[in-house]
Amino acid sequence: MGGLLAVLGWALAAGVQADINVGVTLSATGPAASLGIPEKNTIALLPATIAGQKVNYIVLDDASDTTTAVKNARKLIAEDKVDVIIGSTTTPNSLAMIDVVAEAETPMISMAAGAKIIEPMDAKRAWVFKTPQNDAQMATAIVEHMTNNNVRTVAYIGFADAYGEGWWNEFSKIAEVRKIQIVANERFNRGDTSVTGQVLKIIAAKPDAVLIGGAGTPAALPQKSLKEKGYKGIIYQTHGVANADFLRVCGKDCEGTFLPAGPVLVAAQLPDSNPIKKAALEYLGKYEAVHGKGSVSTFGAHAWDATKLLVSAVPEALRKAQPGTPEFRKALRDALEKTRNLTATHGVFNMSPQDHLGFDQRARVMVRIDGGTWKLVQ
Amino acid sequence: MNLQIALLLGQDGVTSGAIYALLALALVLVFAVTRVIFIPQGEFVAFGALTLAGLQADRLPGTIWLLLALGTAIALVEGGAALRQRRYRRIPLILLVNCAAPLLLAGALVAVSPAGLPLPIQVLLALMLVVPLGPMIYRLVYQPVAEVSVLALLIVSVAVHVTLIGLGLFFFGAEGSRTPAFTEVSFEFGEAVLQGQTILVVVASLVLIIALYFFFERTLYGKALRATAMNRTGARLMGISGQLAGMLSFTLAAAIGAFSGILISPITTIYYDSGFLIGLKGFVGAIIGGLASYPVAAAGAVLVGLLESYSSFWASAFKEVIVFTLILPVLLWRSLTTRHPEEG
Repeated sequence: MGGLLAVLGWALAAGVQADINVGVTLSATGPAASLGIPEKNTIALLPATIAGQKVNYIVLDDASDTTTAVKNARKLIAEDKVDVIIGSTTTPNSLAMIDVVAEAETPMISMAAGAKIIEPMDAKRAWVFKTPQNDAQMATAIVEHMTNNNVRTVAYIGFADAYGEGWWNEFSKIAEVRKIQIVANERFNRGDTSVTGQVLKIIAAKPDAVLIGGAGTPAALPQKSLKEKGYKGIIYQTHGVANADFLRVCGKDCEGTFLPAGPVLVAAQLPDSNPIKKAALEYLGKYEAVHGKGSVSTFGAHAWDATKLLVSAVPEALRKAQPGTPEFRKALRDALEKTRNLTATHGVFNMSPQDHLGFDQRARVMVRIDGGTWKLVQ
Repeated sequence: MNLQIALLLGQDGVTSGAIYALLALALVLVFAVTRVIFIPQGEFVAFGALTLAGLQADRLPGTIWLLLALGTAIALVEGGAALRQRRYRRIPLILLVNCAAPLLLAGALVAVSPAGLPLPIQVLLALMLVVPLGPMIYRLVYQPVAEVSVLALLIVSVAVHVTLIGLGLFFFGAEGSRTPAFTEVSFEFGEAVLQGQTILVVVASLVLIIALYFFFERTLYGKALRATAMNRTGARLMGISGQLAGMLSFTLAAAIGAFSGILISPITTIYYDSGFLIGLKGFVGAIIGGLASYPVAAAGAVLVGLLESYSSFWASAFKEVIVFTLILPVLLWRSLTTRHPEEG
């Protein structure tokens, strides 16, 4: 025992640098699993060392459950003494974790879209960053596309949860400013087996276009029903559907659908002058090498971008303090906030004390579903 | 709302109501015979649909591993019991039924590519993969605790449900699947289109309900199940094995569940966890029938389907709230009108 203590004491005295511990909590099971699984797969591809320091990733599953996400955050901080937390997958989970990380003064990088995670900026949110585009950015892209295509009336059908509600709030606000009239506002549940009622009501209102505010394959149901009941107008989806499974389930009923998405979705079609192309293709190459061609989704790329932020911020933080100390966490937070012109798979980060996302319009493109694939709309 | 919309909504409601009715019947059956509130009923819907989708995508469905694992577990349990009782001659049969049969099925699936087979054969294969899970789960999970209280059985059901959901995610992944329609026929009424598949769902459900009626009225096994439901001890004294009745009711429940899943998977996308909500709506129907009356349960389930359909038109955000609130007046009415003998 004495010998062991002596060795330990020697190790500490010699100033052996501690590893960087990165805690990850994501929704690999439960309703958000289709987002959480590619994120989890991405974590396995992350670099094992940053700036010469060994990095330990501690990955926990929060089952898309808010309480579990908070429990995971507490566990990561208290037991694993992490220097930074990546997570969680969904907006409600990320919102719930803010209090925990702020109290422990640990920086957190969320992979959820909701703008509320980083706005309005306050003392607690000072510790919180996020990598996915805000819904508002995506909604603006849709409304812009609508105005350019002479859409005057729109119907909205979205999830009866935070996702659908968030999109409704953003979209209705922007549409009103741009003088687009919203003629129907309907909700459906992710697990619904039929949306006939909602679809009939929408068709009766005769809108020029329909926006479906859903994520993943469930968003295919309203679209299939609309086509089945003979709707002929333009259909918009949100970036939540940007994975291969959606195309598989929706099939020919999704031809001609428009959606805004992160540029990573159509990386190969981006012009070579776009710096994002290289970053996105690097991630795509790594992911598809392990999981097969066509397996990549935009959600995993958010996890990749979170590490990009870390890779750029850690060296500066290391100059100020040792990993595992409160000083290091503080320095890491400060360094994250100073991120400038960092090209990632979804856009270019330019953080500021007021903006903990830092994306501009380069972070979104309009995409059309054409022949069962994503086509960049120029 | 005009007449055309009302008719379309009605048609939609009856279609989902028909599926809920089948599940409600299965729930009533299982409860009456074994006192188990079979929460995992919905999982069989998802397993049936997703197994069929897997076969059509030329993937080996994960359910085959579950079948093999459960079969092996049962063979161990039963084989061990036979060894202790020195009834060695039973062992070959146990191995044949629980290990050899699933292995043979797995071998057949690997040998021929199921995606190229005609649809009826694919459906049959999917049923062969999923339906045996019902009696196997009964044998392994419920039979050893068959005599405990209803509440304890309910807790066991919750455990089975959670396990099956987890396995579903593992087997089929987080994303849903659809299967191609059995029939592309459609009829036009003015501007409205009636899909052949929705008619098929209603007709198939009706046929199944009538078949169940004849099974219970005319066959020896059906009568044995009814006898067990009425009086378990009395039935046992008459030589009806409680185990056999339990196995049989779980087989029927699994078959009804898997078949419902196969029926609706061309109409809607099925996820590994969609079964629960579908089963829950069947359960509301079964509650309306007091978990005892088959006709009332079926009618209640159709009512649930209609209510769901019309409320999705009028107040889509509150659809589930409206459907599940239906249970409150029903429970109130039932508790005021019926006496409850204490259940042990």
